[in-house]
Amino acid sequence: MRIAVCIKQVPDTTEVAIDEEKGILKREGVDSRMNPYDLYGLETALRLKEKFGGEVIVISMGPPQAAAVIKEAYAMGADTGFLLSDRKFAGADTLATAYTLAKGIKKLGTLDLIITGMQTTDGDTAQVGPGIAEYLGWPHISYVTKIVDSSDSSLTVTTDMLDTIETQKIELPALITVAKDINRPRLLSYKLKCATQNKEVKILNYKDLAGEEEVFFGLDGSPTQVERIFPPQRNCQQELWQGEPQELANRLVAKLKELRFI
Amino acid sequence: MKKMTMSDVDFLQNVVGPLNVYVGEAINEDYAHDELSEIKALPDCLVEAGSTHEIAQIMQYAYNKEIPVTVRGSGTGLCGGAVAVAGGILLSTARLNKVIEIDEGNLIARVQPGVILLNFQDQVEKLGLLYAPDPGEKSATIGGNVMTNAGGMRAIKYGVTRDHVLGMEVVLPTGEIINLGGKIGKNSSGYSLLDLFIGSEGTLGIVTEITLKLLPLPKKTATLLVPFPSLNDTIRAVPEVLKGRIIPNAVEFMEREIIEAAEEFLGKPFPDKSAPAYLLLRFDGNSKDELEKVYEIAANICLQQGANDVYIADTADRQQLIWETRGAFLEALKASSEMDEVDVVVPRTEIPHLIDYTQKLRAEYGVRVLSFGHAGDGNVHIYILRDNLPQDKWQQVLPEIMQKLYDKGQELGGQVSGEHGIGFAKKEYLWHSLGETQMRLQRSIKEAFDPKGLLNPHKVVS
Repeated sequence: MRIAVCIKQVPDTTEVAIDEEKGILKREGVDSRMNPYDLYGLETALRLKEKFGGEVIVISMGPPQAAAVIKEAYAMGADTGFLLSDRKFAGADTLATAYTLAKGIKKLGTLDLIITGMQTTDGDTAQVGPGIAEYLGWPHISYVTKIVDSSDSSLTVTTDMLDTIETQKIELPALITVAKDINRPRLLSYKLKCATQNKEVKILNYKDLAGEEEVFFGLDGSPTQVERIFPPQRNCQQELWQGEPQELANRLVAKLKELRFI
Repeated sequence: MKKMTMSDVDFLQNVVGPLNVYVGEAINEDYAHDELSEIKALPDCLVEAGSTHEIAQIMQYAYNKEIPVTVRGSGTGLCGGAVAVAGGILLSTARLNKVIEIDEGNLIARVQPGVILLNFQDQVEKLGLLYAPDPGEKSATIGGNVMTNAGGMRAIKYGVTRDHVLGMEVVLPTGEIINLGGKIGKNSSGYSLLDLFIGSEGTLGIVTEITLKLLPLPKKTATLLVPFPSLNDTIRAVPEVLKGRIIPNAVEFMEREIIEAAEEFLGKPFPDKSAPAYLLLRFDGNSKDELEKVYEIAANICLQQGANDVYIADTADRQQLIWETRGAFLEALKASSEMDEVDVVVPRTEIPHLIDYTQKLRAEYGVRVLSFGHAGDGNVHIYILRDNLPQDKWQQVLPEIMQKLYDKGQELGGQVSGEHGIGFAKKEYLWHSLGETQMRLQRSIKEAFDPKGLLNPHKVVS
């Protein structure tokens, strides 16, 4: 099975500082890491490879330093890695990112499956995975929480649609986006890290991807207008009750009923 | 020592207020025991004191009336140290839970004894500071940590609780209040009473305020999970890693059997279970690059020592999973069977001999003997599990196994307790280990502080 996994380098922090004036994330001085959701995607791919054989190819878009996440994927067991990197790709919104990745993926040869994390921790849109599939004209399933069954021509998966858990079967080739906790991603292997230290990260730039047709890369290909960027309001309310145990217990039960928890 | 009367209770209610005194059935059963030991005893009276002054009044009264007093923090001990085996007053420090001051100029904190370790660690970390002692039981109080000289994971790099206590305020059994040490970095002024109180398990006085040393918080940590073909290979690699002139802030060893128990207990899979035994190394530093250089030295040594591979956890979530599992070992074992523990400490190069011996005992007695612990500082936690053994047989073999383990520990140049203390449960083993001369000195110290033997009676040396 030839599987491509889309991975992204994101800031290694749970609280990204925001420059509200410029409407951008403050990335300076923050270490980077692989998007945590992509780790689940990569682990899913590596397990399918263990079962069916084949190849796991990772692909990312970003500045040259994003090659670090490709190297990280090598230390987990990925076979080949591509980085889509060009100034013309910069400033891409989810549509242009999906477009660029789909263009890059077309360069990878015949694939059976594409896996992405359900979203990234810096953008949180969950749009890029399905966007790639649409550009490729492939079937896709998002928010996959479990691979129920797999063969070399189809996958049966459960997917969490918030109100319902659905089990679906999809013919390959296809794209899936995987949710957190679909598996326990393996740690980086130091042995693999040493063995792949000089392994090439193949760079694809604008010239490699741009064909004869009209192109939609980077800022020019991004219809999204960011009006304002701001940290979400923390909606955490606390109430402190004091009183006798019995009275407090009754109040607690009443409150839980009111909130329809019980 | 006398039984308490209603007039004693009236006095206590006057001192601390009626809502802070519990008598008879109003005392929750939790106060009759600690986390592990089978020792059970309810006090006559539970008092939650609110100030040093109140404690001084209580002690003065108890001293005159000859009422025994046992101090208790969170009750997370493992040796019965905070159980009122002689009845009398159980004095809880739970209400004394204020961080009085964090002095960033002197890198010092002053806290009340009932402050919970986890809360304190969180509070200083938000300021970019580190309280380095890191005992596994995070719901313990700082007072309890000081009174047992608690150790924990980071001892190999930063030392134990004793190394971070600079001063304290203590109420003596007579009700007198003394101040020891202070916000000072050096002290050569007479016998160190401060050091006598640290690790005294509430037998010499009641600590009511503690001055603690803080450090700058390292910005980054990375953990290596190292699978080895056997437990012996795992432990034998430790001195080699440390010969590499690198100082991890934690070195733990663990077997698959315990990892699986913890996985089941937590309901969370561990990242790797391919090997029978693992070494866990954690490093701290100020940048990713600095850490990488250090852990690569360790990783190369581990591979030379026969490790199957070295797994790198360099992000918070990857590390949390590993340490969460490690942190659940004790609870997981407790949930699986009745058990007792030996908290012996030996020179770290001797750990393989001790572990070999536990495996021999396991085969000889047919009882599960599991161990994990701090491979870097020689402190091994050995657990003897009853499983389905009949109670009478258990009562017979348990003391035999424990005595043999302590004897072995001593033979290897070790001591009875590395960090959990002696309390009530381990005192005979301590006496046996220290011998007559040392016990005479220990008892004369107890008598100098507590001539009537009223404070935490029947513990440690009495």
